[in-house]
This record gives sequence, structure tokens and C-alpha cells, in this order.
Amino acid sequence: MLVTMTVNGTEVARDIEPRVLLVHFLREELGMTGTHWGCDTSNCGACVVQLDGTPVKSCTVLAAMADGHSVKTVEGLAEGGTLDPIQQGFMEEHGLQCGFCTPGMMLTTNALLKENPNPTETDIREAISGQICRCTGYATIVRAVQWAAEHPAGGDAAAAEAGTEASVAEPEKEVAGA
Amino acid sequence: MQIPAPFDYAKATSLDDAVALLSRYGEDAHVIAGGHSLLPMMKLRLARPDWLIDINDLHELDFIRREGDVLVVGALTRHHTLLESEEVQALFPIIGDAERVVADPIVRNRGTLGGSLCQADPAEDLSTVCTVLGAEAVVHGASGDRVLSMDQFHVGPYETAVAFDEVLTEVRIPIRPRSSSAYEKVERRVGDWAVAAAGASVTFADDGTLADVAIGTTAVGLETRASAAEAVLRGKVPTEELIAEAGRLTGEAVDPMADQRGSVEYKRHLANELTQRTLRKAIARAQGQEA
Repeated sequence: MLVTMTVNGTEVARDIEPRVLLVHFLREELGMTGTHWGCDTSNCGACVVQLDGTPVKSCTVLAAMADGHSVKTVEGLAEGGTLDPIQQGFMEEHGLQCGFCTPGMMLTTNALLKENPNPTETDIREAISGQICRCTGYATIVRAVQWAAEHPAGGDAAAAEAGTEASVAEPEKEVAGA
Repeated sequence: MQIPAPFDYAKATSLDDAVALLSRYGEDAHVIAGGHSLLPMMKLRLARPDWLIDINDLHELDFIRREGDVLVVGALTRHHTLLESEEVQALFPIIGDAERVVADPIVRNRGTLGGSLCQADPAEDLSTVCTVLGAEAVVHGASGDRVLSMDQFHVGPYETAVAFDEVLTEVRIPIRPRSSSAYEKVERRVGDWAVAAAGASVTFADDGTLADVAIGTTAVGLETRASAAEAVLRGKVPTEELIAEAGRLTGEAVDPMADQRGSVEYKRHLANELTQRTLRKAIARAQGQEA
């Protein structure tokens, strides 16, 4: 069957079997391996993408069910070379260890911040409660989301960017000085 | 990699189209809504439909509206929508109690009320909720609507009265004055099925006695309401002693199976304790106190 959907703003069409799951459609048909395929049983949340802006576990959605809809994956979070605040937050607060759960975590919390720009720690933990970080890194993930909430895109994003440049530039200076 | 066995797929464009497709493809066709119960079963080959009829485009089944003293909830209403509805929380706090423990927030974005009820998993929360609220299920087929009580709707584990060429369209919940409700569940971790759960709905008469009580349980082998426990409280002013007795009788009435979630004794204990907690909470809520 022919399936057409918008993935990260670009319309794609593929002729697939009805049984192809959205996670496999993204990874195998489109080659977008940023969406991770984990437990396969709707538990771990590594495969979370946004379907029409809502986080879903893409191992439990048929690609056919996304026909005519829009999908956002981790590849679509950054806009024109500028990281989404949530991506920046995961960098700043080291919201990952192995990084396997990270794309799903970022898409869930990106949606959370759109609905609730100032979430409490409880709100954040509730939002990611269906996602597993096997590195036990939840504390830094929570801090990453808090960082993103404090640095919204278009708000003081420029300041955040400047801050990043400074933190990158500083060691270079030291090296240069040494 | 777990993928379902091959099947054919059709998107229904209207309720009548869905019924026509189901009639055409027969018993081997299956409705899919959120798909969060059906697709995992299809991956494990526990379900193997030849056809899937997708009803996600039937937005006319995604609604919450009040019709006089009845709250009508469309079958395609997502768990997330129910949880976010202030009207639902105010009228039936049991729905919020239960929805908060249905799987996890991301699964609740997709899963639907109708899907949960039609799946009829013995460990599924919303059947108990609808049962104790005295809800009716409206089922649509080629010859029109049928209105079923939850007892009539629920035939057994994984089995409902919905025929292969019918679709559950809405749930009708009566709104009663001086009443409230609660649900309590014990699960091993977020998103897991219940080890045990209990739901209660109470309605007070003018004189402070309980005009009506409904007690239901989840995942402990009691298909019907805990009628002996209800009888203890009906017509009485509720006291701690009566609540304890109702819990004890519910613990006796259930017929749980020992499994990795716990022993028979543990599950009977949970049925007893959770019944008491939901009764206390429902009573406090009906009396205008938040438990």
C-alpha cells in the first residue's frame, strides 16, 4: 500500500506492507536511524517520535496509521543548524550516559515544554515515566529539561548560544595560552 | 524484531463504512483504534486478524458531552483526553484515578476508551470503572444501535458482546446527585498491569445513608460486582466497621490466580485493602471532602 506522510517537514511516500511499524518505516525505509528501536513491547520508549506533535511509541503504531499525518523525529528537532533548547539542555546538563534513550526522551520533553513551559520536577518525571534509561540517568535528564525550560527557543536562545560558544572557546584559549 | 503477521488494511471513512468493511471481510477482520493492546498481541501472534479496519479517522467517535443527566463519551476518546477533562474529573473522579494508572503517559496519548473496553483484558482498568459507574455501552451495526449494560457487554476474559460486524461507539454514564467514586490499583511499576485493583461508586440518600453502592475489582478473577460486600453497606450510614466488613467480603469473593505478580493470599489481601481504601475515598468525596 502507498503511504504518504510528512517527516520533519518533508513529504515522503513509500509503497509498503500494511504490517510495517512506524519505527521500521523511519529506520529502514527512510534510513533515519535516530529513532531507536528498543524493547519492541511499548515499554521502554526508545522509539518515541511525535505524531502530529504528540509523543507516541513508534513500535506500536503502524506506518499506515501515520498516512496523511506529520511525524517529527530527533533528526527534525534542530532548526537550521540551531539546536532545539532540549537538545542544548541535554548537552549542558549531560542528560545521558549511553544515549540510547536520548532521542525518545528529547521528543517527549520537547512536547512537554510546548504544553507546559515551566514544568515541576514531578511533571517532568511523570512525562518520562513511560521511558526507560538503563544507565539510571534520570537526575541529569530532569536537569536537562529544566535547563531547556529556562532557555526557551527565541527567548534567550541567543544568550544560550553565546554561553555555549564561550564554554567551547575558553579551553581553546587556555590551549593557545599554554 | 517483532512484527505482526501479514494482514490487509483499510481505513474506514465513516461509521457506516467501518460496519460495511467489517461485514465484507467477516470474522477475520478486526477494528484497530489506538492499537496499543492489539498490536502487541499481533506481534506475539496471540491475535492474527486477516484484515485491520482502522477507525482513527472517525473523529465523530472522539467526544465527551453531557446530555442531561448522562455523560456520553465517544469510544475513540483517548485516555489522555479523559485524564485532561475537568468535567470528567468533577463528575467521576474514579476515571481520573484509573486513567492515571493506565499504562504510561505516552501510551495514553494513543490508547482509547473503546479499545480498552473491547479488549476486555481481565487486568484492564476501565471495565471495572464503567461497571461500578453503571455505564451503558452503545454498539452500532448494520441494523442500528444496541444499548448494553456492562454486564451484557462484558462476556468474559477478552470477550465482549460486540459482534464481528459491529463497532462500540459510545459509553453512557449516568450522573447521580450526592454520589462519588474512586479507584485504587497496585502495580509493580509504572505502566504494568494491575496486581490487583478495586473501584467503588457510592450514592447517598438525603438521610445520610447509602442509597447505592457498587464495588468492582480488576485482575483478581471476579467478573461481576462484589454484591455481598455492597449489601453490607446499602441502606446504612457508612462506618469504619462496615467498610472493613465490605473489604473482607470482597477479599473472600475474588478468585485470583497465583503468578509472578503474587500469591493468591496476597491478591485476596489486596482486594480487601483496596476495596476499603476506594470506599473511604469515594465516601469522603461524596461528602465533599477530598480523601
